[in-house]
Amino acid sequence: MSEPDNTAAAVNDDPSRRDFIYIAAGATAVGAVGAIAVPLVAQMNPAADTLAMASTEFDLTKVQEGQQIVIKWRGKPVFIRSRTGAEIKAAQDTPLADLKDPQTDADRVKAGKEQWLILVGSCTHLGCVPTFGAGDYGGWFCPCHGSHYDTSGRIRKGPAPLNLVVPEYDFLTDTRVKIG
Amino acid sequence: MSDHQSTYVPKTGFEKWLDSRLPIVRLAYDSFVDYPTPKNLNYWWTFGGILSVCLAIQIITGIILAMHYTPHVDYAFNSVERIMRDVNYGWLIRYVHANGASMFFFAVYIHMLRGLYYGSYKAPREVLWILGCIIFFLMIATAFMGYVLPWGQMSFHGAVVITNLIGSIPLIGGPILTWLQGGFAVDQATLNRFFSLHYLLPFVIAGVVILHIWALHVAGQNNPAGVEIKSKEDTVAFTPYATVKDGVAIIVFLFLFSVFVFFMPNALGHADNYIPANPLVTPAHIVPEWYLLPFYAILRAIPDKFGGVIAMFGSIAVIFALPWLDTSKVKSMRYRPVMRWFFVIFVIVCLGLGWCGAQLPDAQVIPGLPSFTLFDGQLNSYLWLTRLFTIYYFVFFLLIMPWIGLKEEPLPVPASISEAVLAEHNKKKG
Repeated sequence: MSEPDNTAAAVNDDPSRRDFIYIAAGATAVGAVGAIAVPLVAQMNPAADTLAMASTEFDLTKVQEGQQIVIKWRGKPVFIRSRTGAEIKAAQDTPLADLKDPQTDADRVKAGKEQWLILVGSCTHLGCVPTFGAGDYGGWFCPCHGSHYDTSGRIRKGPAPLNLVVPEYDFLTDTRVKIG
Repeated sequence: MSDHQSTYVPKTGFEKWLDSRLPIVRLAYDSFVDYPTPKNLNYWWTFGGILSVCLAIQIITGIILAMHYTPHVDYAFNSVERIMRDVNYGWLIRYVHANGASMFFFAVYIHMLRGLYYGSYKAPREVLWILGCIIFFLMIATAFMGYVLPWGQMSFHGAVVITNLIGSIPLIGGPILTWLQGGFAVDQATLNRFFSLHYLLPFVIAGVVILHIWALHVAGQNNPAGVEIKSKEDTVAFTPYATVKDGVAIIVFLFLFSVFVFFMPNALGHADNYIPANPLVTPAHIVPEWYLLPFYAILRAIPDKFGGVIAMFGSIAVIFALPWLDTSKVKSMRYRPVMRWFFVIFVIVCLGLGWCGAQLPDAQVIPGLPSFTLFDGQLNSYLWLTRLFTIYYFVFFLLIMPWIGLKEEPLPVPASISEAVLAEHNKKKG
């Protein structure tokens, strides 16, 4: 420090050493900011208890033919609909060419259990809960922006892009399902 | 203005002592007492002051409400009802806060339209304008999150619909939606973080307001003539002239505010929000608060989900670009005989969009009028009326603004503010 000429000379003599320190410090700072950002951003994602989404069991004898019951699963409504023979036939007979999001009825129910249609009751447009039995296709009608679903929960008309989602579920017995 | 010399003279010993350490009194004096104000400002210029009052009212009542509110899905609705019934003057504070949001937007829309009419966004005020746009966007975010907090039916399903907009972004939309909601549906995590952000954002707004005023004091105020200040004769001191004029306007504004708070406190709200949130049942007709209806209408006008979201955000983004879309050199529309009419139509279209946003898209505009199907909807429906208005909204900014600016023959612009004032004075006398 007492000999400023020397210091200046040292810098001029070996600029790459000084550059290395700059780059190393800068890279460390960027890395540190990134490392700090990870927990700050990640805390917003679903917490462990939210992720441990309890599955739910349901007794199907509570639903009469031609009716549906709405239960809550993962904070969202789930429709459990007992379809009539006519409703099942209408769903099965619909040609795939008529569908916006083509999917057969058989793909949306369990084989041999065609009576039971289980769907996440959240409109694929913006998440409203569609109204049972309303709309042009006898399935559901979303009151928010006018999407019509058929008796298989497939989108037929309106702004929604996709069919109502079929959640993961299993029949424990003939009258009992486990959702999730 | 930046070239304005400070005329503050510290009088007392304490002021002198403070002035050489932290010249905060000098800053306040130069900004709000001796600051030169164009002498031709009309009452449309009082909304800046009114908006400061609105922000202060919202922050004060909001902090008080937060002392009594519980951000939990099981208690939120009841804690709001408790504020209304049991907390001393809780009804007053909540009604002031709820109606205060509406009054805030009412004032900000007038403030923005004033800027639009008198060309307050043009050089050298582009940054001032953009800061204002940022404040407006933050206001929308804050108001939306605040509306969710009472956890009524409209709160809940409004939050579902609006957060799901993000989910429509291709590929990354789903993960971002889950990240925002903090779960797979709007639930406790969502309510809790909305409360946290609703408390934070007003202070961010206050920060941007300070930048907004700073930028205003660098560029100087625009004025109805749209010509810059040329000499001392063009200005008067901020105090008492502007402060008193602002004060009169604030009092009149508070009268209007009081009419809503005391005589019709729920007129601007929606009855469904007095039903506790039920995730299993959606209200028959979801509408946002009135001040967001035009944007909601634009969202619904586009048949594609993601396209609707783009259009809605685009309708706000285009306001940011306004300083570079308007090609006219003349600021005030007083001297723009053609543009003035397009401005009037624009105001009507914005009101029309608000009206359409509150209607069911398939409902008939003129009941009983024969109609036919055009693409995906009846021509005589709010869907097509909304589309018509939406087209004008974007055409106004993207085509009319640049094109009329080049083609229009403006009226003679006065040489100075003083000349404009004298001309008006003589016209009234003669």
